[in-house]
Amino acid sequence: MSHAAAVHETRRFMPGFGIYNAKLGIWVFLLSEVMFFTSLIGAYIILRFAHPEQFAAPGAVLNVPLTAINTFVLICSSVTMVKAYAAIAQDDQAGLKRWLLATIVLGSTFVGVQVYEYIHLVGDGFVANASAYAAEGGPLYGSTFYLMTGFHGLHVSLGVLALAWILLRAMRGEFSSKRLGGVEAVGLYWHFVDLVWIVLFTIVYLI
Amino acid sequence: MNWLLDPSVSTFGPDIDRLYYIILFITGVVFVLTEGLLVYFLVRYRRRPGQRAEYIHGSTRAEVIWTAVPFLILVALGLMSKPVWDRVKEPSVFPQDAYELRLVARQFEWEAHYPGANGDPDAPDAFSVLNRFHVPANEPVVIHLEAEDVIHSFFVPRFRLKQDAIPGRSIPIWFEITEPGEYDLGCAELCGLGHYSMDGMVIVQSRSEFDAWNAERRTAAREAAGAVVAGRSGSDAGEGEAVSIEGGS
Amino acid sequence: MSTAAAGARTDWDIPEYAGEHHQELSFLRRYVFSTDHKVIAVQFLVMSLVFLALGGFLALMMRWQLGFPGQPMPGGSVLPESMAPGGIILPEFYNSLVTMHGTFMIFFAIMPLLVGVFGNLLIPLQIGAPDMAFPKLNMASFWLAVPAGFIMLTSFWVEGGAAGAGWTSYAPLSASGDYTGVYLGQQLWLLSLFILGFSSIAGAVNYITTVVNMRAPGLTWFRLPLTVWALFITAILVLLAMPILAGALIMLLSDQTLGTTFFLPELGGEPLLWQHLFWFFGHPEVYILILPAFGIVSEVLANGARKPVFGYHAMVLAIAAIAFLGWIVWGHHMFMSGMNPVLGTTFMVTTLVIAVPSAIKVFNWLGTLWKGNIHFHVPFLHAAAFVSLFIIGGLSGIFMAAAPVDIHIHDTYFIVAHLHYVLFGGSLFAIFAGITFWFPKMFGRMMNTLWNRVHFVGTFLCYNLVFFPMHGLGIEGMMRRLYDPTQYGWLAELQPWNVFITYAVFGLVTFQVVFFVNFFLSIWTGRKAEANPWRANSLEWSVPSPPPHGNFMAMPTVYRGPYEYSTPDGEEDFILQSASPRESERPPSDGTRSRAALNEEEST
Repeated sequence: MSHAAAVHETRRFMPGFGIYNAKLGIWVFLLSEVMFFTSLIGAYIILRFAHPEQFAAPGAVLNVPLTAINTFVLICSSVTMVKAYAAIAQDDQAGLKRWLLATIVLGSTFVGVQVYEYIHLVGDGFVANASAYAAEGGPLYGSTFYLMTGFHGLHVSLGVLALAWILLRAMRGEFSSKRLGGVEAVGLYWHFVDLVWIVLFTIVYLI
Repeated sequence: MNWLLDPSVSTFGPDIDRLYYIILFITGVVFVLTEGLLVYFLVRYRRRPGQRAEYIHGSTRAEVIWTAVPFLILVALGLMSKPVWDRVKEPSVFPQDAYELRLVARQFEWEAHYPGANGDPDAPDAFSVLNRFHVPANEPVVIHLEAEDVIHSFFVPRFRLKQDAIPGRSIPIWFEITEPGEYDLGCAELCGLGHYSMDGMVIVQSRSEFDAWNAERRTAAREAAGAVVAGRSGSDAGEGEAVSIEGGS
Repeated sequence: MSTAAAGARTDWDIPEYAGEHHQELSFLRRYVFSTDHKVIAVQFLVMSLVFLALGGFLALMMRWQLGFPGQPMPGGSVLPESMAPGGIILPEFYNSLVTMHGTFMIFFAIMPLLVGVFGNLLIPLQIGAPDMAFPKLNMASFWLAVPAGFIMLTSFWVEGGAAGAGWTSYAPLSASGDYTGVYLGQQLWLLSLFILGFSSIAGAVNYITTVVNMRAPGLTWFRLPLTVWALFITAILVLLAMPILAGALIMLLSDQTLGTTFFLPELGGEPLLWQHLFWFFGHPEVYILILPAFGIVSEVLANGARKPVFGYHAMVLAIAAIAFLGWIVWGHHMFMSGMNPVLGTTFMVTTLVIAVPSAIKVFNWLGTLWKGNIHFHVPFLHAAAFVSLFIIGGLSGIFMAAAPVDIHIHDTYFIVAHLHYVLFGGSLFAIFAGITFWFPKMFGRMMNTLWNRVHFVGTFLCYNLVFFPMHGLGIEGMMRRLYDPTQYGWLAELQPWNVFITYAVFGLVTFQVVFFVNFFLSIWTGRKAEANPWRANSLEWSVPSPPPHGNFMAMPTVYRGPYEYSTPDGEEDFILQSASPRESERPPSDGTRSRAALNEEEST
């Protein structure tokens, strides 16, 4: 083991951006995620401009206050994620676990509220299926709404799973102030998902 | 192997053909020069005993030249193309007072809708024909292209005209044909099983012949419409059969 | 693998070099679920060669139908009734052939060959790294591609047959099975490409991270081999383009299955939205399919000519320029779609401009040969053929870039000729150059040269006999994707050409059999290869063929660029990038700059 450590000490690759692999990798991956949401949001914008009559006024169909609270929950979860990272950066193992758990709880709450919202919307006839659409506006409204919020929700759910995995590793004591790549990488992903939601909330619910 | 185009019969056809031949000439010269140089180098600099390649990394001057020259040629091609493109495709500069009709593409046929004598597309003497449709020669014709199911593409090679028909849209195209005759129409966009059999014919006639054909069709349509009305009020004449008449030039 | 060293961050998690570990792997870990980039490259190679053969086989059936429409295909009676009753190909099966030929070749043959095989093989070896940055992710990338390919292949045998709306799957034809009779097949097509997207993105993340972070000491950006440059920029395109396709695929799949109407016009959907999304992905994709080929060809031409690549910096800039401009030309695929003519003019201009960097590359390749000492080894033959065929493919592209001329030749065999000159004459010839060049590094043996030459000559001749006449068919107005051209009066006259092309395709396919047999036989029976059979410079040639797990015994140090062939000093006409500096390369003691430094400046 000490041999391997010595080897690492002697390694000097050409400097890239000075960011270690896991962190650079997650940044690169997030660029690809940006393009994915760009395609969904781009399609939404094009369809909305082409068929404004199919899109109901803000708040007419969607529950804006509830989702605003939910947005606040997700923003809070970003704060707790920062706290988790700050804790392990100072070798505070208990703090890391505590704040990770808080992030997981908040993230799960967000997904739960979204499911609750979906159930009510479907009950009101706001569905993705064009032939069953019965709410204000037109079927494109339902299609684009579920497409964007659904894939965002999927990302949040995967993020919660990733956080649970990180929490498991934290409980095994795998992280330290010298070794916190996993926490940082999942944290970056979590902030990205949060950021995407703020964009989605604005263009889907508010505008 | 034929690099020469069949003669075009539309008024803008020669513009397109000229551009084609200009590009054919430029690319032909570049082709001969580059391929010739390639073969020459391969022969001239083949391995020989005692020979050593020259240690050359490049030349900034050469890079500048072979960046600038193609750039200028290509920009020039763009400048030559723009007016031709606008003439064919820009609806705001389409000729005025054109003869207008509606062409609907569907799996796997073309249906041309002609207005009645008063220009009203819903008049009782308005009619439609399948696959073989007539237009007047030596005057501008505007076709409003529509599709009922999937995307098709209106393509008459001799007109030098192609335009996709998009369901949910009506796209205007125009042409003026200088030579009466029968011209093949094809579908250029994969549209399903019968894509290969979606052929049609555009019959270009002098104005007088076209008017005669048109009048004959209108009369038939009016009679059919009358028959329908009569049929509804008691008679058992065939219902609306003649509204859509296949073929017949 | 690593432990915390006092005082330093240990998140780098770099795989170990060959000299740093002694670990015996089980058969399964070594050949099946391997994390070694070289094994993964070979796995991708075998998978994509299988799909290349399958795609060729589909093309053969299409050509039979085009040459001899309605006649029973020899041996075709083994196909089920739903495809070819009595050996006579049905129109619906023909549409599936068209679609799946394109899909197989683009997504499961050319793309994995260039990106999966050469990216995996060359990136770590040529930058002096022990492996990829994320070896497990790399393994996942391959094992996602396999089920994707399997789903795509099996869709032939589901109810309704395989997808039949073309590899571009234009909506609404593809958005509802009611138009084609293909329901499940189209959905499997979408699902397969979606999974393949994950595989590609995983690969791209790996390549980018590896190139940025794991270059050996001394290997500055402008000492990278052009293959690494090309693959690095390609990875960026993959990373940014595939998610766009993923978004479009999801929307189309939900139109098919969930009853949404993104692309179905009856209820307000926009068919052209699909085309915009598809080509916004699709045009960068086109460059994904050619940029790595540029890199391979530059590498092999310099090696054959024993000369530095002419204008190395211009080559890098040209690749970067193409990758950038590639994002703003997608509309030229849609000149006839009825989009605003002003937009058409814009796309025409950008499209004409993107021809410039391609021209720069051709001229620099010619410059590389100029005053060389050319060794006509098999990889070089393929690379030279690439240049000659890419010139044709590039020039024919100008006809279509000029929108008014495109009015006549859009969606005709002219475009079929053009795209095959770029993808077959271009990419595939570069792939042949790459496979024959790096075969010894992959398998430790040489391919049989005589049969390789037979394959080259036959392929080059038959290739041109097949695809050159297609330009003429397009000029005459023969449309693409036609099941039976004789149904159109004016195309029936051209039938002798279609018969001729079909015969030429038989020849082309025969010569590919030569290659496949030679390839697989040489893996076991070829002559043992030494470390550097081509007397080349880059780092992969400094290690045994095949390199051990971990590639290099210890981290190599790089002292010079990759194309220092025929330097005026030195006995040999090549010098490894990692060979210790010669006297002439050391900075002179009198304060003047070294010759090497001067050369570096000259070339900029």
